[in-house]
Amino acid sequence: MAILFVIALCAPPLWAGSLSLSRQEQLAHLITQDCGSCHGLNLTGGLGRAITPEALKGRTVEGLQTIVLDGIPGTAMPSWRPLLSETEAKWIAAYLLEVNE
Amino acid sequence: MRLLSALVIYLTLTLGAIAQLAVHATGDLGVVIERTTGSVLIVDQSDMDVLARVEGFGDLSHASAVFSPDERYAFIFGRDGGLTKLDLVTQTIAGRVMQAGNSIGGAISDDGLLVAVSNYEPGGVRVFDAETLDLVADFPTGSKTIGLVDAPGGRFVFSMWDSGETWIADMSGAAPEVTKITGMGVNPYDALITGDGRRYIVGLFGEDGLSTLDLWSETPTVQRVLPGYGHGEEPLPVYKMPHLEGWALAGDRFALPAVGRHEVLWLDAQRLTELGRTKTHGQPVFAVARPDGRHVWVNYAHPNNDTIEVIEAASGEILHTLKPGPAVLHMEFSARGHRVWVSVRDANRIDIYDTHTFEKIGEIPAQTPSGIFFTARAHRIGL
Repeated sequence: MAILFVIALCAPPLWAGSLSLSRQEQLAHLITQDCGSCHGLNLTGGLGRAITPEALKGRTVEGLQTIVLDGIPGTAMPSWRPLLSETEAKWIAAYLLEVNE
Repeated sequence: MRLLSALVIYLTLTLGAIAQLAVHATGDLGVVIERTTGSVLIVDQSDMDVLARVEGFGDLSHASAVFSPDERYAFIFGRDGGLTKLDLVTQTIAGRVMQAGNSIGGAISDDGLLVAVSNYEPGGVRVFDAETLDLVADFPTGSKTIGLVDAPGGRFVFSMWDSGETWIADMSGAAPEVTKITGMGVNPYDALITGDGRRYIVGLFGEDGLSTLDLWSETPTVQRVLPGYGHGEEPLPVYKMPHLEGWALAGDRFALPAVGRHEVLWLDAQRLTELGRTKTHGQPVFAVARPDGRHVWVNYAHPNNDTIEVIEAASGEILHTLKPGPAVLHMEFSARGHRVWVSVRDANRIDIYDTHTFEKIGEIPAQTPSGIFFTARAHRIGL
């Protein structure tokens, strides 16, 4: 996980400039621990599906950002809009897809 | 003279060997899951200290443990399908199998001979010989399987997230016998069995209410309880599923976490009717009765997970609020309830409280601690 942190923090997406480094660290922690409570600590799945880069192949940053913000009705995936900004949700989507450009 | 010095040497060696053995009886030991590092702490409750850190358990997110009847072994259920047998005496791993791809807890039979694991992938329950960890039985369910508990009479009971069924697997005969009960409700997310082994209570994510089965009945049928407790209101987003555990009985009532609401629900333990509800700081994750049933301690889902509230069972009033720190994940009482250990994940710490004064009396360092399990669970149905 430490390695992932380094990768993510060394090469953040350009538009992530508005997120402070400490906020980015918090979001990475949130992904591991709190997304992880349903999707597994290694994001390999649990009650929620696997959300590793391989498992998310074919998804777009925008598509994932929408799911993070609005959840998936009829499933256990909640809307994170009350807790996260659009930029933060986009950062999470890019982090999950390991998109850095 | 030579005989005397030989005797002295013999005694010195023998006493030295005994001193090195450092015997620890297991009755007030416990284990703490360190979720991120895949390690487990063996802790001493009375000394409020760590005896050992044992590594090599794999992915321990949402891990849990049960104990052998002699309190020597802990069986640790990992997220990644790992079932690991930890020897508390030698402080080493005594056995380990990767039994599935994705798991969600387990149970040990009343005779201590079988350990069952509940799996998401492939969905179902697998049962293992507690001594050898050899596979004994396999119950594929075609669904994510949750709420696995042991019931008296060599039975395991478990429920299906996708199909809304509960199965009772009776392991007492030559071949397992399965009783299937359909229509438990939409998306069961967890379940508990009461300490007397009689009632199995299933929490539902997909509908407003809970379901119960009377396991003393020859043909258990579904009984809905607290139907419509959300009054049809849109539930709040659920950032962490509540947990149901066999510590719900508080005197004459059950304390149950509401889903998608900032409430603890009170259910009459005899009539199974609502007695009231308590407004809480956040969405409850655990509502755990102190073993005497007088108080219920409640922790909360993200982002309100820095707080614990203590509710008086008889009145439903909040007696006390604690702010242990970021991400309180689990609470474990001593067998007689005089102390409680609290895992504070993001502070990398276990806090220990006196449950009568609410004073913090100790803390121990732990790496992202989650579940805490004391060996006294060995002697409780459903834990």
